[in-house]
Amino acid sequence: MTNEEIKTAVSALFPSVTYDETGEFLTLLITPAEIRSVMKALRYNTEFSFDYMFCLTCIDWKTHFMMVYHLLSKTHRHNIVVKAKIADVNKPEIETLCDIWQTANFHEREVYDLFGIRFLNHPDLRRLLLDEGWDGYPLRKNYVDENMISL
Amino acid sequence: MSLLGEPELTEEGEFVINIGPQHPSTHGVLHLKVWLDGETIKKIQPHLGYIHRSIEKMSESLSYRNFIYATSRMDYLSAHINNQACALTVEKGLQIEAPPRAQAIRILMAELTRLSSHQLWWGCTGLDLGAVTPFFYAFRERELIMEIMEETCGARLTQNYSVPGGVMYDVHPNFQNRVKDVMKQVKSRFREYEEALTGNVIFEQRTKGVGYLSAEDAISFGCTGPTARASGVSCDIRKWFPYDGYDKLQFDEIIMTGGDSYTRYMVRMEEMKQSVAIIEQLIDNIPEGDFQAKTKMVIKLPKGEFYQRVETARGELGVYIVSDGAASPYRIKYRSPNFSNLSALSHMATGAKIGDLVAIMATIDLVIPDVDR
Repeated sequence: MTNEEIKTAVSALFPSVTYDETGEFLTLLITPAEIRSVMKALRYNTEFSFDYMFCLTCIDWKTHFMMVYHLLSKTHRHNIVVKAKIADVNKPEIETLCDIWQTANFHEREVYDLFGIRFLNHPDLRRLLLDEGWDGYPLRKNYVDENMISL
Repeated sequence: MSLLGEPELTEEGEFVINIGPQHPSTHGVLHLKVWLDGETIKKIQPHLGYIHRSIEKMSESLSYRNFIYATSRMDYLSAHINNQACALTVEKGLQIEAPPRAQAIRILMAELTRLSSHQLWWGCTGLDLGAVTPFFYAFRERELIMEIMEETCGARLTQNYSVPGGVMYDVHPNFQNRVKDVMKQVKSRFREYEEALTGNVIFEQRTKGVGYLSAEDAISFGCTGPTARASGVSCDIRKWFPYDGYDKLQFDEIIMTGGDSYTRYMVRMEEMKQSVAIIEQLIDNIPEGDFQAKTKMVIKLPKGEFYQRVETARGELGVYIVSDGAASPYRIKYRSPNFSNLSALSHMATGAKIGDLVAIMATIDLVIPDVDR
């Protein structure tokens, strides 16, 4: 499908979704509340069948967090980016996508570890790269490491 | 339950043991916590981060020229391809393209890297499964490739040869002759490789039917590279999203459907031959001209997001740069192939015997610094 066709099909299902076409991929902007329903449709509807999630990450924009999901369809060969804005920086939460793409399990744990985003209903949400007792979330922009020596 | 220490018995009568972080078959500091029922694996929990350096955080304070050097330390066996990925991302942001000569040199170096990486993997796989000879055979040829790297890049492992706009300097005058000589030798030695390991009865029995991964699971777990292609998933970025002129070259994407450790082994063996084929097509046809496009001293990417994928020796590496217009990236994410391939390990090994775990790990070909970053 072309970007225009994807836009039309998504808008028919979810009228509230907005789009951003400035980048390389078509970007869908959604709210955390509708992430499960949008992602399920993108994964299981045969017209989309985005079966491969090739990147999952988060960006700290200081005023809010942005979850970024890169998806590819192996059958239709189209790409898409889905972004969900988490407005609450003090208690960032979003639903997990582990059951839709199994690769989300490790990637969400990594985001939890480094950004402190809580993934609701994640089966095994523990720190992945850092120690269990690590203080703070290093990839946040306001993270300060007291042991860091500036050269 | 202690993280490290004595083996323990759970309430269900399962035995919990720790493999690693210092264990020869994990090829690096990976710690696997394994739940066993007798000899059968019930569950595996990887514990990562023993060499986590937070390259992503470091890169946020480095310039667009300097952050590339850190990526040589991720998948150190595909160091050149990591550098290439970063250089391509920056070029995408600047909307420039490397000159044809630079592109050809990059591909040649990338395929040499892939070849030497697969050779090291082949030697280590033999070693893991109890055959010592392959290790010496593999390192004999690998050394020749390392010498080519050393001559042109000045470094054997962490080349740092790709820079935004092309390559750092032109190839050494001996480069073409030397590569041709080495390719002749490597080709004549493939037969030895196959005689040493491929048809070996013990090797076949230890790998055939071991660590099965279905095509659906491979896609769902985000597996890429030979690990996924052995399950019948087409995922070669060189074919799907060609970069640096791979679309002008003749080569095959090796796809097999066995899904077990033996098939993963066979895919890599065939890929080595494809790499040789690519090098032979290109070595006499390196275009004349500049080896580097002109870029500004201080590179600033425009506001926006840039994503570039490349095919390393282990699968799809994605570099995702978010720029706010400054001289260093606002956020960088490396989608590393090993990280996703590792996540499928528990699924592949559940139900296998503990001895098979070594064969499964060997054929996924994990490089731990790339997992931890």
